[in-house]
Amino acid sequence: MVERAGRALLSRRRRELLLGAVVLALLAALPLGVSGAYLRGLIVLALLYAGLSQAWNILGGYCGQISLGHALYFGIGAYTSALLFTRAGLSPFIGMFAGGLLSGLSAFLVGIPCFRLSGHYYAIATIVIGMMAALLASNWDFINAAQGITIPFHGEAWRNLQFRTAVLPFHYVMLVYAALMWLIAWVIEGSRWGFYWRAVKDDVTAARSLGVSIYPSKLAAAAISGAATGIGGALYAQYVGFIDPESAFDLSLSVLIALPAVVGGIGTLWGPLLGAAVLIPVQQLSVAWFGSAAGGIDLMVYGALIMVLALSRPEGLVSFFHPRARQEAVDHG
Amino acid sequence: MAEPLLQIREISKSFGSVAANVDISFDVTEGEILGLIGPNGAGKSSLFNIIAGEIAPDRGEILFAGQRISGIGAVACARLGIGRTFQVVRSFDSMTVLENVMVGAFLRARRTRAALRRAEEVIAVCGLAGRSDTVAHRLSPPEKRRLEIARALATDPRLLLLDEVLTGLTPTEAREGMQLVRDLRAQGITIIMVEHVMEVLLPLIDRAVVLNLGRKLVEGVPAEIVRHPEVIRAYLGDRYSG
Repeated sequence: MVERAGRALLSRRRRELLLGAVVLALLAALPLGVSGAYLRGLIVLALLYAGLSQAWNILGGYCGQISLGHALYFGIGAYTSALLFTRAGLSPFIGMFAGGLLSGLSAFLVGIPCFRLSGHYYAIATIVIGMMAALLASNWDFINAAQGITIPFHGEAWRNLQFRTAVLPFHYVMLVYAALMWLIAWVIEGSRWGFYWRAVKDDVTAARSLGVSIYPSKLAAAAISGAATGIGGALYAQYVGFIDPESAFDLSLSVLIALPAVVGGIGTLWGPLLGAAVLIPVQQLSVAWFGSAAGGIDLMVYGALIMVLALSRPEGLVSFFHPRARQEAVDHG
Repeated sequence: MAEPLLQIREISKSFGSVAANVDISFDVTEGEILGLIGPNGAGKSSLFNIIAGEIAPDRGEILFAGQRISGIGAVACARLGIGRTFQVVRSFDSMTVLENVMVGAFLRARRTRAALRRAEEVIAVCGLAGRSDTVAHRLSPPEKRRLEIARALATDPRLLLLDEVLTGLTPTEAREGMQLVRDLRAQGITIIMVEHVMEVLLPLIDRAVVLNLGRKLVEGVPAEIVRHPEVIRAYLGDRYSG
């Protein structure tokens, strides 16, 4: 028999799932009310980052391992898919799984030495590995080095993930990606792994005393997170039609992937989506308004916003909606 | 006579030049409550962490149910059936009481519902039923101690190591705590309790091992222990040992 508190936990999870379905339906209907191509493009990007950041959140939020090298997995996914498409003519649907597999594997391999480190040292190690990969990518002729890869148009088809009017179909592609990432996080939250990862985040010694293997837990979280990020990279390549080391491996991308989850609410189901919904439009609009003219003002605006959010809502944007998170914020504050 | 559940054989451990444990040997019989006592710095915590697998001894070995466990690590010890609490309370602060205990329950239960049921049973036994949905960092210190016991209990241990769980409690809380320990033993769980305040422990335990300056001083039933001149000397100094 499941008692009151247990029922509360199970029904909370059911409510989240229901809310997820409602939000999915709303986002699916969103293009009906938004006609401008620019605005639609903005939403596509926000959805992509919602998915990417949720993928990051699996490792950074639930398992507490802050990675600032996720561009590596994004880049591997993007390049694998793009190379398979341009050189072997393989559908991006195959490419994204190959890319996801490879990036998951690399996240696992990166974890083997790096999870010997903990806390800030782990984060620093991931930065260094990410930067090394970016450097390698810009000098590796096989993948066109710094020139990057242009993905030629092979004709409008779902098989190719290419469309003449690119934005609307990609709205649904990115929506499915973001929704899948959300669903993975939801499943993890309710599973043994999810409980173990959160325990690892909160207290390693206590977790060990309950039979939780720390190192394998981190590696599993990293592999899943890396693979999920790689799939996002493959989708990005197909959407934009061009990738180079600058756009697929750069450190700033690693930060962009992590930020929505951090600002929205780290280790929460809704944090990445909320964060992306706020950050991506602000980032894009500040580029559009203050952009290239006086170099850097857009970044200042963007940075100021992040500071304001971090100061006023240290528990993330979810605390606006989530009573428990708000309660937490009050306690910590 | 049955084989003891836990056999500690000539355990030594040094931290740098400090010898925390020197040649310690004793047995723990299945179903008993053993007190591990001694003044501050006697080596109780070190020995405790060695039994729990958190640290490896320099020399000696420990057998649990006939199996060598020294050096196999805390995770493997937990799997074999050794549960523990911590002297400085460690809770998963971002998780609720129920979720904390479920982490322990997942050791034996693969499925979430099974872990949930196990966690609820244990929470009820430990008197935390009204607090299941509370986030751990909001608990009072005595509640946190109970949470630690509940979490360890959820792993279905054969041996439970309790580190100063009765310290810093009001008399009422301490009485409730002692009742909880008796209930656990009634379930067939063997218990080792560390406590540096002897008075709280003596009415509760079947036997005690007294440590001082890293060595085993004496071992015996509480009535013998309190009269033992060595123990009096260790606690009160030479003047009182008569």
